[in-house]
Amino acid sequence: MRATVIRRHRLSTRVWHAVNAVSMFVLIGSGLGISNAHPRLYWGAYGANFDHAWATLPRFPAWITIPASYNLAISRRWHLFFALVLAFSLLAYLIVALVNRHIARDLRVRRRDLSPAHLAADARAHLALRFHDPEAPGAYNVLQKLSYVAVLFVLLPLVIVTGLALSPGMNAIWPWLLDLFGGRQSARSLHFIAMAAIAGFTVVHLAMVILAGPWNELRSIVTGRWRVPE
Amino acid sequence: MIRRRTLIAGGAGLALAGCDRVIRQPEVRTILFKGEDMHRGLQRALSHRDALAPEFRPDQMSPRFRTNGTRDPGTPEYAALRAGRFADWRLTVDGHVARPLRLSLSDLGAFPQRAQITRHDCVEGWSAIGKWQGPRLGEVLKAAGVRDGARYIVFTCADLYGGAPYYESIDLVDAFHPQTILAWAMNDRFLDVGHGAPLRLRVERQLGYKHAKYLMRVTAVDSLAGIGKGRGGYWEDNVDYDWWAGI
Repeated sequence: MRATVIRRHRLSTRVWHAVNAVSMFVLIGSGLGISNAHPRLYWGAYGANFDHAWATLPRFPAWITIPASYNLAISRRWHLFFALVLAFSLLAYLIVALVNRHIARDLRVRRRDLSPAHLAADARAHLALRFHDPEAPGAYNVLQKLSYVAVLFVLLPLVIVTGLALSPGMNAIWPWLLDLFGGRQSARSLHFIAMAAIAGFTVVHLAMVILAGPWNELRSIVTGRWRVPE
Repeated sequence: MIRRRTLIAGGAGLALAGCDRVIRQPEVRTILFKGEDMHRGLQRALSHRDALAPEFRPDQMSPRFRTNGTRDPGTPEYAALRAGRFADWRLTVDGHVARPLRLSLSDLGAFPQRAQITRHDCVEGWSAIGKWQGPRLGEVLKAAGVRDGARYIVFTCADLYGGAPYYESIDLVDAFHPQTILAWAMNDRFLDVGHGAPLRLRVERQLGYKHAKYLMRVTAVDSLAGIGKGRGGYWEDNVDYDWWAGI
């Protein structure tokens, strides 16, 4: 019997996924380099040595920061360039995904998806390493939908706008951003927390790719073609 | 034996080392450094020329405003000025101007004054809120008569870095911004030495390193070439900081 191969990811999804993978890698690495310049997080409008820090971060080691040796200026150059790549590629992707109905068709969470029985069944299926509905193998399951929606509509926009709130120039343009987050240092804390959540998502996402069969999954995100598991 | 963790860390390390190698390519550096111009262009397109940095209430001020960078220029010249309580200090205003000036602190006090409680954002990530007072730079530049063709204002300071006076520069949009002041007072007292006595620049829509302390000279120029290494400031010349520090 021949395996069924379906077209799973559209070109826009595949291109955006690749751009995003690169920008996330650079942004997290360079962001941790920037963090090493002042590894203390505060709540409120100000915060410096002598003020109360709610968190003192570890010094991030050379193998995880960009550049490897401490260089705030070069970390910032990487970070601020790829911040533009992240923000504008997300914007473009969201517009395309709205127009080609990817969001409406594949990502919309329906009420019946959220029933406790359905959620529990999906969680059990994940634990049993069954990730696809045999009736609709190409569809996302509810836990997938929820995590993609959280990243796409909550975490990525949050990490972008909290980043903008750190800019003294943007503060003059959109002062309401500071009010929204409760001050620049609060925005800085939230920027770090959103990054950590995205990094956590990435780890789970990669674990799922490995558990679901890495070659088939990798091929589908590169070429779009995905073999339906037996 | 190579353990899996070593392999993963090694793989990430290789990719990261790739980033380090790639930045040494002049072409890559040029592209990456364009980010600064893109951010400036976007922000200038989004904003009103005179959009104001947020100002704060007195009760929102930092209990302590830390010092950094040079805390005391320590040169014999500065020590002498300080010993005389800056009575002999003069600010030179020159370059592309119709009427070069030499201004004492009381001359600066004769200009219309502005007081503002603003946030200082260090490039490293910390912030502090303080009150600053002094004449608008724009008024001083008008008194000197900035000539057509001038594009930048260069600030030369009393403190030395690597043997040369610290310097910074801004363009005319920021120089004539209503919140750009030559501050002689902080938190209702004369500036102390740690914060830049007798005079420092406040350019509120940019990061802290632009706010030059220990001002001695303000010069209107048509180009930054030939000043220092030509990139508009000590940190810009020596450690690749952005000249436009609005983000």
